Amino acid sequence: MSHRLLTVAAALAAVVLVALLVQTPAAGQNQPPAAKAPAVGKAWTPPRTADGKPDLQGIWTDNTLTPFERPKKLGTKEFYTEEELADLTSRARKGEKLEEADLGAANPQAVRYDLEVYGFDRTKLRFASTKRTSLIVGPEGVVPPMLPQAKERNAERAAKEKGHEFDSYENRPLSERCLLMNQERIPMTPGANEGNLLQIVQGPGYVTLLHEIDHSTRVIPTDGRPHAPQSMRLWQGDSVGHWEGNTLVVDTTNFTNLTAYRGSSEKLHLVERFTRTAEDTMIYEFTVEDPTTWAKPWTAEVPWTKTKGPVFEWACHEGNTMISTILRGARVADEEVQKKGK
Amino acid sequence: MRNQSRIAVISVAASIVFLVAILGTAQAPAYRAPRTADGKPNLNGIWQALNTANWNLEGHTAGKGPVASLGAVFSVPPGLSVVEGDEIPYLPAAAAKKKENQANWVKLDPEVKCYLPGVPRATYLPYPFQIVQSQRNILMAYEYAGAVRTINMGAPTKAPGDSWMGWSNGHWEGETLVVDVTSLMEDTWFDRAGNFHSDALHVVERYTPRSADTLTYEATIEDKKVFSRPWKISMPLYRRAEKNAKLLEYKCVEFAEELMYGHLRKNPSK
Repeated sequence: MSHRLLTVAAALAAVVLVALLVQTPAAGQNQPPAAKAPAVGKAWTPPRTADGKPDLQGIWTDNTLTPFERPKKLGTKEFYTEEELADLTSRARKGEKLEEADLGAANPQAVRYDLEVYGFDRTKLRFASTKRTSLIVGPEGVVPPMLPQAKERNAERAAKEKGHEFDSYENRPLSERCLLMNQERIPMTPGANEGNLLQIVQGPGYVTLLHEIDHSTRVIPTDGRPHAPQSMRLWQGDSVGHWEGNTLVVDTTNFTNLTAYRGSSEKLHLVERFTRTAEDTMIYEFTVEDPTTWAKPWTAEVPWTKTKGPVFEWACHEGNTMISTILRGARVADEEVQKKGK
Repeated sequence: MRNQSRIAVISVAASIVFLVAILGTAQAPAYRAPRTADGKPNLNGIWQALNTANWNLEGHTAGKGPVASLGAVFSVPPGLSVVEGDEIPYLPAAAAKKKENQANWVKLDPEVKCYLPGVPRATYLPYPFQIVQSQRNILMAYEYAGAVRTINMGAPTKAPGDSWMGWSNGHWEGETLVVDVTSLMEDTWFDRAGNFHSDALHVVERYTPRSADTLTYEATIEDKKVFSRPWKISMPLYRRAEKNAKLLEYKCVEFAEELMYGHLRKNPSK
């Protein structure tokens, strides 16, 4: 009897304790995470999220002057020296047109905008911090030659399209239709172009990547799940991720044949690797494999730089007057041809 | 004597339990959500409303759909009001505009064109959305149109400009995630019944866990140009608990193009 009473009292006390704890916010809950020591040299290790994963979060830009493919005159030269890079940078910033630099939308000859308003302050343009001469890695530094079967496939498609470019919205490029903007396509290949802000937000079991351009969002599970069934083909493929040390590895398959990446087919297999190498630097490396298009896989490495936001909303379709204007123009042109024929 | 002291201890303990219980019901909701690694209520997951709010926030009976050839497949399902007090308090002129909207639904509803849905409509569209919670911000990704917004959980910031999905600043109130949404454009609607707002819209959302797999979603809607007073909607959200549940690609632009540009085809007969 007395034993039972003691048990009841103990249980009640425990309930009281638990109830009191519930009412009290967890200690330190409102305090910011402890600041990490500043990064020094190669021993830098990325901070961790609350659940212990490498913290890739923040707003990044993949804006770079480094061209995707290596200029021919550089041969097999994969890296610049510090001096070469400093010289090229200062010349590019002065507005000199260089074979070694891809100015993209910041090209003064292609001015459509006030460059500074659009984030192209020329004095801030930079080459890849990796000192690479091209974003594509390896001695060739270019996309490998396309297989004959792939050339044929792409030529056939182009021939079918020829002369019908303005027949319908279906014949217009995906970017014009706001279905898939060039910069949001994966793999993400930048250049000094607009719309290259990326925001990463991590939650338990997921990494989300929000690309400013056309609010393109990838929610990538890192919980070890398999790919979606092969029968499900998606514009941006099906991505699953996992962690390898400090690196997020994302594997993507299940593409359609409509989003041909540099002439690829739906057999495209993409592996992306995200590694933070300094407080303000992320290395985005990707390997493209498609045995129906290239004889061997090829890899590129794009350095991302941490930047300030905000990430704006990019509502492309909502403001799209391009498709209707282009098609209306084409119909007017059709009518004129008909009138002349009469 | 020994028994008496035991009884005294028990009665003191019992009254403390009783007191705490009373305080508890007064201060905190009955359900306490599991915590994230940084100690916040864990709202991570894929959620979806299970109601007909997107058809009409107010109570409505079943009705014929707009396309006769679709028969019963796209008819209007009936539903109770999700509006507190059942009716939306329109100002007289706005009530007239709502009626006009409703009469021209297919022509005017931005959802038909696959436009970004705005807040709160994004929450109760018949598609799932995912909450991804980090320490600094919370991302909400919506399957419909690939809509997305990032909720700033730090010191409130000001919108750089108006947008379809608005500008979201959030904070925690006990178990509840409170999100203040401003700078919303006037171009979005609340539902397929023509309920609308102006660019003066201000939405305060509350996400409160109510069980392991349900949340209570509340949104207080304020717009002095359109409504005579602030009003509130409330509904449960349900976790998509399927194995490997995920948001899939729903690029609906493709499905709106024929409607929007079909008449400009070379051969518009299709």
